[in-house]
Amino acid sequence: MEKWYLMTIVVLIGLTVRWTVSLNSYSGAGKPPMFGDYEAQRHWQEITFNLPVKQWYFNSSDNNLQYWGLDYPPLTAYHSLLCAYVAKFINPDWIALHTSRGYESQAHKLFMRTTVLIADLLIYIPAVVLYCCSLKDISTKKKIANVLCILLYPGLILIDYGHFQYNSVSLGFALWGVLGVSCDWDLLGSLAFCLAINYKQMELYHSLPFFCFLLGKCFKKGLKGKGFVLLVKLACTVVASFVLCWLPFFTEREQTLQVLRRLFPVDRGLFEDKVANIWCSFNVFLKIRDILPRHIQLIMSFCFTFLSLLPACIRLTLQPSSKGFRLTLVSCALSFFLFSFQVHEKSILLVSLPVCLVLSEIPFMSTWFLLVSTFSLLPLLLKDELLMPSVVTTMAFFIACVTSFSIFEKTSEEELQLKSFSISVRKYLPCFTFLSRMIQYLFLISVITMVLLTLMTVTLDPPQKLPDLFSVLVCFVSCLNFLFFLVYFNIIIMWDSKSGRNQKKIS
Amino acid sequence: MAAFTIAAGTGNWFSALALGVTLLKCLLIPTYHSTDFEVHRNWLAITHSLPISQWYYEATSEWTLDYPPFFAWFEYILSHVAKYFDQEMLNVRNLNYSSSRTLLFQRFSVIFMDVLFVYAVHECCKCIDGKKVGKELTEKPKFILSVLLMWNFGLLIVDHIHFQYNGFLFGLMLLSIARLFQRQGLPILSRLVLNSGGQAILPPRLTKVLGLQKRHMEGAFFFAVLLHFKHIYLYVAPAYGVYLLRSYCFTANKPDGSVRWNSFSFVRVISLGLVVFLVSALSLGPFLALNQLPQVFSRLFPFKRGLCHAYWAPNFWALYNALDKVLSVIGLKLKFLDPNNIPKASMTSGLVQQFQHTVLPSVTPLTTLICTLIAILPSIFCLWFKPQGPRGFLRCLTLCALSSFMFGWHVHEKAILLAILPMSLLSVQKAGDASIFLILTTTGHYSLFPLLFTAPELPIKILLMLLFTIYSISSLKTLFRKEKPLFNWMETFYLLGLGPLEVCCEFVFPFTSWKVKYPFLPLLLTSVYCAVGITYAWFKLYVSVLIDPPVGKTKKQ
Repeated sequence: MEKWYLMTIVVLIGLTVRWTVSLNSYSGAGKPPMFGDYEAQRHWQEITFNLPVKQWYFNSSDNNLQYWGLDYPPLTAYHSLLCAYVAKFINPDWIALHTSRGYESQAHKLFMRTTVLIADLLIYIPAVVLYCCSLKDISTKKKIANVLCILLYPGLILIDYGHFQYNSVSLGFALWGVLGVSCDWDLLGSLAFCLAINYKQMELYHSLPFFCFLLGKCFKKGLKGKGFVLLVKLACTVVASFVLCWLPFFTEREQTLQVLRRLFPVDRGLFEDKVANIWCSFNVFLKIRDILPRHIQLIMSFCFTFLSLLPACIRLTLQPSSKGFRLTLVSCALSFFLFSFQVHEKSILLVSLPVCLVLSEIPFMSTWFLLVSTFSLLPLLLKDELLMPSVVTTMAFFIACVTSFSIFEKTSEEELQLKSFSISVRKYLPCFTFLSRMIQYLFLISVITMVLLTLMTVTLDPPQKLPDLFSVLVCFVSCLNFLFFLVYFNIIIMWDSKSGRNQKKIS
Repeated sequence: MAAFTIAAGTGNWFSALALGVTLLKCLLIPTYHSTDFEVHRNWLAITHSLPISQWYYEATSEWTLDYPPFFAWFEYILSHVAKYFDQEMLNVRNLNYSSSRTLLFQRFSVIFMDVLFVYAVHECCKCIDGKKVGKELTEKPKFILSVLLMWNFGLLIVDHIHFQYNGFLFGLMLLSIARLFQRQGLPILSRLVLNSGGQAILPPRLTKVLGLQKRHMEGAFFFAVLLHFKHIYLYVAPAYGVYLLRSYCFTANKPDGSVRWNSFSFVRVISLGLVVFLVSALSLGPFLALNQLPQVFSRLFPFKRGLCHAYWAPNFWALYNALDKVLSVIGLKLKFLDPNNIPKASMTSGLVQQFQHTVLPSVTPLTTLICTLIAILPSIFCLWFKPQGPRGFLRCLTLCALSSFMFGWHVHEKAILLAILPMSLLSVQKAGDASIFLILTTTGHYSLFPLLFTAPELPIKILLMLLFTIYSISSLKTLFRKEKPLFNWMETFYLLGLGPLEVCCEFVFPFTSWKVKYPFLPLLLTSVYCAVGITYAWFKLYVSVLIDPPVGKTKKQ
């Protein structure tokens, strides 16, 4: 590749932005007694280093689960252990049992930030670069521009390097999975995806499209011949990788159950804090949490989620294609985010990742979605005092997208992938020609609302009766946008393969 | 939507680049800032709360006002914005005050003033003739030049991390250079009547009628203003003076390129002189009226400081000091020297300000002044006897800056930017200049590393340095791929050596036992290693300037 140097430059820009954001404050900085996610990660290092594996997930005098108890799958715990060994080498105080609680210092912050950067550099960034290189039908320059835009996506940078989490690890593994599965290295792909699930259980949002796509592939090859062999191989890979990750916890039944209980805390309620999904937005009108008993809430959310993702998944199983797979990833993750039980605002990153993957195909809609997703994190970012880096990185991302994809010129029906949809609607409604214009106006309205709301949240004090007014508004507006995107992505999934067939017929 | 579409048009790569780097600057706001931050806060306070007569006498803080009057006025104007951010920062007694609002205000003032720099870069890009226009945007000289200038590593870390206001000052300088290149009148017209070398192909009278004269007066005005903002630009003043005299005041050349004495234009000399005089009067007049000029000058030119800064700027004197040290060590080993006669300071640490030489003769300010003048002279002669148009001027200007950097008294490492930025303009036009530029920039930028010594900034400086270096080397290599390679094996080896040097100085050295015994070793190594590269670049540039035939002769060939 003659343009290797531009790729290097782009990666370096991504790294620079990441590190400069990391100079800002983290969640719960100087806020005892509970601190924030930063302290949680540090606490996990302390727990995993000082306690035997059997006690990691159990409440004990040394491990108070009320204080940031470990509630992620084993791979996260192993990662914490690894970091803890390095921490021990540098300064044992950082991970001393009990005494290190709430430990904060400049050196420690530097250490923690470095661990995030290294994880990102080893897992997420190479996956992004490889993924963009593997894209077909676009020029080298476009590939590089694509890498730049994905690496500059502000949501992930702000949560990982500002708020403090290791999302780039789980998302990176998921991306390796997507890469493997779309390049027909199915076994490696499913292995990577199993690692992702075992790092963060939220990756289950992506599991159905993976399952359906691989199943569809097996069907395509014929379940009686090669397809069956592939299916068995895949099953073996998945089981083996899970067993490997969970080995220390499989020794006793109680261990496994306890880990599962920690991973899926059903009793924590339908939603927490402010999150831009249906339940939280609906809560403005009707307090569902108080009216309905918990198990009904659970069933209800399950039904809604299942129904909303069913069409796309069936379509993918019947007609597995690489593009359909990525779109189904988007719509499934979005369904989960909007309807499922116990969703966090940060889970929107799970939707953003697959949206990043279709950035080069549907630049206008993807950029729009990614902007909304960052906006939906606003209350969290404001709490962490990350206003400045949020605004700056969002603008940088927007400029990068505008210059590299010239998104405003790509708003025709064809470019929005809505051609076949509007043709079929026009059979019944001949006057249906305003779709492209409508979407442009919706974009303008949405962006203006977001800017105004951001300005209001930052400058105005909420009325005393409604202290959460602005954050609820932010969630509500984002939720409306997300619903629109759910409909949009489902439409292009359902009409996509038809147009493919039509084109084949024409040619 | 239409406005968006227009804004997003393909021609707008420039605004994308400018906005991108502005956003990067905003991200750098929480980084470490040096004492220069306090220096400028103090100046804000002085100019805001004291009458003009006190400006150059006030000494509550050790950071007294030591820039020329225009800069003081600039701080005065800033202070009237600053009062809306935080009144407390404008108190002279409030030493080392840095509230978050003060920080935001000061950082944003630097970022905002860089608008001038961006405009100047835009003007400079117009002067580059697009002869070698490739198909790809990223291979156009204009694109490369604007990245090299706007994303300049040195400027980014010195202004936006270390904290100084170099951006808009260099903006003024680039603007004045651009004006010397530009012609008035319509750009299309000038393209029609100029040949590719930038020479007018019409008779002089017609060019005059069409208004195609270069905008020398404007250039001179901007430079005069610049001098009264920061007097370090005096280093390059000889180039300006001689160029304006030779190419503006003498209106014609003999066929062989030498000056035609009878073409001297008194009107032009007087108008030039008037511009410079008026600017100076505006700046220094009030202090002349107050009878404070000697005090102002004593603040502007403090010769009480040592030959070298605490960290040796990588110039000739760094090599000289190092040689002295080596000789004294050898002398001690071979017992030529008596240990009792050796001044202690020179042996215990390299960090003391007053460096005493043991073997070689000590250097006085006068010596450095003479050395500098001797070093500058040949380039000035070249400018006079072999005028090569604006390009020749630019090379002379770079040489002046570099020579003063090499031999000046108490030179700061930051002064290397004075040579790097004008050299960027040359680098995209000729392969030979590009190769010198790359050596100069890479070593010069690396020599700025000790400015940022805090751990959180370590990744930033390495990443930004890699970013700029990889970009500049690769893009210039692509631009000149049809010509001979930019580096020979020796230069490649030298530049690659910077990597191991950085690893040794900042990753290995702190873990060795030498850290306590020789704490100055990394700085000394950096300074000497970079001094070699910069001396080499200086020498190579000098040779190429002296050897190059004047424009007229190349034409005939």
